[in-house]
Amino acid sequence: MKKLSARRRHPLAAIVVLLLALACTGGLYAVFAPADKAQADETAQSLAIDEGKKLYAVGCASCHGTGGEGTTDGPSLVGVGAAAVDFQVGTGRMPAQQPGAQVQKKKNIYSQAEIDQLAAYIASLGAGPSIPTEEKYRDEGADIAKGGDLFRTNCAQCHNFTGKGGALTHGKFAPSLEGVSAKHIYEAMQTGPQNMPSFPDTTLTEQNKKDIIAYLNAVNGDETVDPGGLSLGGLGPVSEGLFGWIFGLGSLIAVAVWVAARTAKAKKS
Amino acid sequence: MSTHESTTARSRGKAPAGERVADWADGRLGIYSLAKANMRKIFPDHWSFMLGEVCLYSFLIIILTGVYLTLFFHPSMNEVEYHGSYVPLQGQLMSEAYKSTLDISFDVRGGLLIRQIHHWAAIIFLAGMFVHMMRVFFTGAFRKPREINWLFGFLLFVLGMFTGFTGYSLPDDLLSGTGVRFTQGAILSVPIVGTYISMFLFGGEFPGHDFVARFYSIHILLLPGIMLGLVVGHLILVFYHKHTQFAGPGKTNKNVVGMPLLPVYMAKAGGFFFLVFGVIAAIAGIASVNPIWSIGPYRPDQVSTGAQPDWYMGFAEGLVRAMPGWEINFWGHTLVLGVFVPLVIFGIFLVAIAVYPFIESWVTGDKREHHILDRPRNAPTRTAFGVAWVTAYMIMLIGGGNDIFATHFHLSINAVTWFVRVSFFVGPVIAFVITKRICLGLQRRDKDKVLHGRESGIIKRLPHGEFIEVHEPLSQEQLYTLTAHEQYKPAEIGPAVDENGVERKAKSTEKLRAKLSKSYYGEESQIPKPTVEEYREITSGHGHH
Repeated sequence: MKKLSARRRHPLAAIVVLLLALACTGGLYAVFAPADKAQADETAQSLAIDEGKKLYAVGCASCHGTGGEGTTDGPSLVGVGAAAVDFQVGTGRMPAQQPGAQVQKKKNIYSQAEIDQLAAYIASLGAGPSIPTEEKYRDEGADIAKGGDLFRTNCAQCHNFTGKGGALTHGKFAPSLEGVSAKHIYEAMQTGPQNMPSFPDTTLTEQNKKDIIAYLNAVNGDETVDPGGLSLGGLGPVSEGLFGWIFGLGSLIAVAVWVAARTAKAKKS
Repeated sequence: MSTHESTTARSRGKAPAGERVADWADGRLGIYSLAKANMRKIFPDHWSFMLGEVCLYSFLIIILTGVYLTLFFHPSMNEVEYHGSYVPLQGQLMSEAYKSTLDISFDVRGGLLIRQIHHWAAIIFLAGMFVHMMRVFFTGAFRKPREINWLFGFLLFVLGMFTGFTGYSLPDDLLSGTGVRFTQGAILSVPIVGTYISMFLFGGEFPGHDFVARFYSIHILLLPGIMLGLVVGHLILVFYHKHTQFAGPGKTNKNVVGMPLLPVYMAKAGGFFFLVFGVIAAIAGIASVNPIWSIGPYRPDQVSTGAQPDWYMGFAEGLVRAMPGWEINFWGHTLVLGVFVPLVIFGIFLVAIAVYPFIESWVTGDKREHHILDRPRNAPTRTAFGVAWVTAYMIMLIGGGNDIFATHFHLSINAVTWFVRVSFFVGPVIAFVITKRICLGLQRRDKDKVLHGRESGIIKRLPHGEFIEVHEPLSQEQLYTLTAHEQYKPAEIGPAVDENGVERKAKSTEKLRAKLSKSYYGEESQIPKPTVEEYREITSGHGHH
């Protein structure tokens, strides 16, 4: 030890220590880092990006530009994130069929795997919200009543009390949320598609989003039971008035015609 | 005498119980003379005469179900936390009014059904009154002596609108709260007094803590009380005037042809009440109305799209939605024309139909009593005016639901609103012209039928090869019915000189009246009905038809 300590002021000592430290960290990294897995993942990811890029070139590039930089026909996709792609393509809105006030929902022609590849490619262009995992939009741990309150505060002014949809200016509209999957609702809140404002986690926390989705499932889901009978579209007084006039007064007039037609016969004396 | 009678009665044993009860009551209420005068009262048979009954019965149903609802409703705006059966609202803060309405819907036995019967009956009551009013209008049943009763009916319709409004505002849900806010905005738009009325009505700033309790007494006491009085008055006048009837053989201005009140109409009306109740209850059992649980409690900072009032307030909503948002600022005051103009039109529009009978009687100068109804075609100008009014009403209803029309017909809401704006002015004019044309066409057809008979559809070939259609002559009854109406002559301005030979200046009102009268009864506005001579000449056998 004396020899070592005697040479500690040697000009090369610092270099030797540096080399030792590097070797040490390198060795530790080699031991602990999941080297194989990381490598495989990287290749899969880059494969997905490659495949996504091909799909993008066929289905999207004509409007959004060859590199997602956007053109006069479509916005830039840099930084919109995988969640936006999953929503737009997953609900069939993209690729758009025709220009108009608003891009309409239609039958989705991509498989989920293809959507994921597209999403991977778009995500590689710039950081953005990723596709939510299932536990984020599952009903467990959600407060339905709180979700209702949040829905009425943030969503109802366009989507109606229970998400039946509503009109916006110049032919645009807030679509009905009936039959929209929880994942897509989550992504819509996160990314704000088309005319919808986005509600990032700083505005509506993950828990808030979960509550809203649970509320929608409760009042506008597949298993929602309407305690009052037929909901008449859930549109409120317009459809109620129409129903009251046609079926209410209509059947009463029919009854009146029937009663009036059956008169007592005067006795001939 | 009386001793003698009573002994003979006793000898035959006691009188039947019914007779004794009736005797007892007669001695105290005088029901014999009342019943004698009214039991044989005759009512004519026509389905459209039962529209008023639909209104009367739905009004009764509303009162009956309303009483049940008052047993459980708490008209209070105290804030409470919900812990009832409806899960999606658990733990939410809400007013006691809203909570008690939820409890009626979910935790009171039969509560939801009764609530829905109450609300559906209200919707049908107002619709029934609208149609009943139109029946009276288009058949001219409002003419002397029934003008006052027309006004009673009109007041019932308007009061019904406001009773409905105060009623659906009571649950303090997000939809009705938006409606109350809308109304408060309309009140505020009134220059000078608007702010004072609003502060008085709401007991301070909106929404305050008072309006549910105040609306409650207006809804269950004040307005229905007045309405009940008007209904009674309306019915007494129907009895007093006797019912009108359509023209027909044996029916004159001095008689009523039909069935007696007792037993025929008592049975029919009683049965019809249960039919009305049954239909409304069935609808209430099938379809949901005003599902306040999915609407949520009212909070002034929340609002939903598709927020409309019930249909009878829809045209007011339409007026406001269609009106451009103009306003004038001067000396630090704002005149909100965007709301105030619709409010004024709302009043004028309703009053226009209410005063129509008086305008018509002024134009015609007809002060006689009328108990025979007009067929709408025989009063083309009146019919056209009525259709124009209904057209404007319907266009405003579309305006009130412009967002629903936009989403459900895939239209732009702006396009719908512009359509409403233009057609509010153009639509009634077009409707007026077309209706008048149709009426005249129908009058011509009636004339044709009288003179040439009914087209039988049988084609006959004559020996010399000509084809003719065989016309069947009408029966005497049909001929009478088609020609029973009388036709007015347009009023003249009067002689140009007075009795002293001095030139007389016609007053502008006289000129206006003559002009209106011409538009009512001039050559352009009615087809002269066939005269006896015309009929004889054509049917005497010279030539064929």
